[in-house]
Amino acid sequence: MRLLGLKTFRHGVHPPESKDETSGLAIRQFPFAPVLIVPLVQHMGKPSISDVREGQEVVRGQRIARPDGFMSVSMHSPASGVVRRITLVPSISGRMVPGVFIEPHPGSTQEIAEGSPCPLESATPDEIIAAIQDAGVVGLGGAAFPTHVKLKIPADKYVDTLIINGAECEPYLTTDHRVMLEQREDLFTGIRYLRKVTGAERVIVGVEANKPDAAEHLRQRLPDDLMVSVEVLRVKYPQGAEKMLITALLGREVPSGGLPLDVHALCVNVATTAEIGRLLPHGRGIQERVITITGPAVKHKGNYRIPIGTPLRFLLESVGIDENVSRVFLGGPMMGAAASSLDISITKGTSGVVAFTETESERTYRKIYPCIRCGYCVDACPIFLDPSQLGLLADNAEYQRMAEEQNLMDCFECGSCSFVCPSHIPLVHRFRVAKTAVRKAGAA
Amino acid sequence: MARPAKTLEIRTSPHILSGYNVDTIMFNVVLALIPTTLFAIYAFGLAALLTLGTALGSCLLTEYLICRWSGKASPLGDWSVTITGLLYGLTLPPGLPLWMTFVGGVIAVGVGKALFGGLGQNPFNPALVGRAILQAAFPVSMTNWVQGFTPGRFVSLPSSTLTWPFTEPIYDVVTGATPLAAWKFDGQLSEAGDLAMGFVSGSTGETSALLIVLGGIYLIARNMMNWRIPVGILGTVVAFSGILYLVSPDRYASPWFMLFSGGLMLGAIFMATDMVGSPMTSMGCYIYGALIGVLVVVIRVWGGMPEGVMYAILLGNALSTHIDNLIRPKVYGTVKAEKGA
Repeated sequence: MRLLGLKTFRHGVHPPESKDETSGLAIRQFPFAPVLIVPLVQHMGKPSISDVREGQEVVRGQRIARPDGFMSVSMHSPASGVVRRITLVPSISGRMVPGVFIEPHPGSTQEIAEGSPCPLESATPDEIIAAIQDAGVVGLGGAAFPTHVKLKIPADKYVDTLIINGAECEPYLTTDHRVMLEQREDLFTGIRYLRKVTGAERVIVGVEANKPDAAEHLRQRLPDDLMVSVEVLRVKYPQGAEKMLITALLGREVPSGGLPLDVHALCVNVATTAEIGRLLPHGRGIQERVITITGPAVKHKGNYRIPIGTPLRFLLESVGIDENVSRVFLGGPMMGAAASSLDISITKGTSGVVAFTETESERTYRKIYPCIRCGYCVDACPIFLDPSQLGLLADNAEYQRMAEEQNLMDCFECGSCSFVCPSHIPLVHRFRVAKTAVRKAGAA
Repeated sequence: MARPAKTLEIRTSPHILSGYNVDTIMFNVVLALIPTTLFAIYAFGLAALLTLGTALGSCLLTEYLICRWSGKASPLGDWSVTITGLLYGLTLPPGLPLWMTFVGGVIAVGVGKALFGGLGQNPFNPALVGRAILQAAFPVSMTNWVQGFTPGRFVSLPSSTLTWPFTEPIYDVVTGATPLAAWKFDGQLSEAGDLAMGFVSGSTGETSALLIVLGGIYLIARNMMNWRIPVGILGTVVAFSGILYLVSPDRYASPWFMLFSGGLMLGAIFMATDMVGSPMTSMGCYIYGALIGVLVVVIRVWGGMPEGVMYAILLGNALSTHIDNLIRPKVYGTVKAEKGA
């Protein structure tokens, strides 16, 4: 679908972008924390199995955990140092998960260990998939789904279009923007690997219109031998959601409960693609990632390449934090999760850290009014649910009806309905509760 | 190194809100009604002032008392009752005995809103519920129109205004027929310019189409009104009455007359768009608008009354949730036929 010459999808919302403060700042290296805490569950799927023991010396980039089956990935040491402890550590969800404490050597040069390279020209698709799993690559856009799993295309399916997701529709976040500007060659190398695995004829990089410099930068050096195009998309949330991106670019609808593969498309985030292009030629693994640290409560906002496992407390102290800080969340303000503790650490799925002061928080502490059937949520929902009706059903704990009659399980919790609701009804929150209840009932 | 000493809040996403809330929407509707209200007072003088004041007062008082008795926090601050009171007053004939205005206001809020469960639960526009009851109970008083722009309108009142409760109102000799009544019963058409500007007889607030449209444009520009509803209603009225006019220009009034006369503008822009009583889907709003538009023309042309906007909207209100259910949009990624419910 096109509107005013730019591709887009129907419905959606326009939150303030709040990207200006960091979009022009080049990626900087973040210092090593005195202790890095690497959780062994940073992805959707099974926890990785630790390969190291307490007291062991490790080198930066060395594998410290191996995948437990196909739905799992490797982990690599973010620094050269000593494994101090292997124990349970807090995670963003509030659950305790196994984790490795690594104390970096202060005097170390922090040279990254080289592994066995995966040569682009000679590697078979299966070898590339194995290399991606070995490099510990997961969706860096926030979902942290193991990338190699979605690249394993069943024999009865095929991919005609590979979509590289550079929409970055979440307010505040500018990591994908910077990666496109600063890691163009890595990105194209990554695309070559992905194209080889998927067999896709064409590749489209989707970029929202608020990053014209990134789109232009990529277009200047498009590889001649690949069918790669850069498509500028209208600025609208949630353009970066996989389904919305596929619909905007290809005009295809991913079936309810299905995968992009069902419409012969595959989406990979730009940062993930660039990371594949950066790591695979050297046989390295993910030991750091780019995140945006921003928000009104942050003093030194910026885009940082940060070691995985950096504790949130160290991160906030390093960038300087306002005394009136009241809320810290990982990811963007529309879908990010509030940090329950400052003892959690940065994982592969963390695309940003945003800190709000009381001023911003107060804007969300509002009196809840009854639903006045204004229909704003109906106009906002990108997948055409009726959030108003779902909200009323959730109020009465009619969870099964929500799923059976109102397609509750199709909701991907983008937050658009809650964002526009003039009655401040926490719709998405209720839907999360409902979805959990439905899943539990289904499992029982 | 500043270390956050206080506790962090843990809330689920989204962490930002659009900034729109019920109060601001309602307050802006009140703002949009101000030009119309001022013109009503200018056109009908003291009579309009007292009618609007009584209407507003009775609605606010009823809401306040009901909330006190039911132990709910008073929602007067959300401006929704102010809208009901203002709209209700604007639909009344300026010379209506004030005690009737008061009774209607109590019914509008008490029956039209509170009995259904208050804000967000009332399927019918409360202002129109109040007016509909008055229309049924006092048909003569409700169709007695005083002349606008009389020289003494700011110092004297029509004799009917201060009638004692339950006594027969005495009417002045000089009353003005509304353009619709003049057309319907006497076959006279009013000047289109007079209609648009409001130099005609009618309910306090329905006479100046221009100012009503102005208020509507303001609300649409601020995304606080679904433009599809007035467009649907007004478009249908013009189209339907236009066809009739083309068939027989002698028997039927022109579409422009239909558009600018009576309560159509006020109804289409401020009444039918009441969020609670109108559909939520875009397509639903067009259907709802078209339905009201057809009913307005049917009642005006073939019905026993000169005006039908009120009943058309009330009927539309009754059907709006059903319209939404009937045309539920296809959920992304589903096949239309598979959709149950």
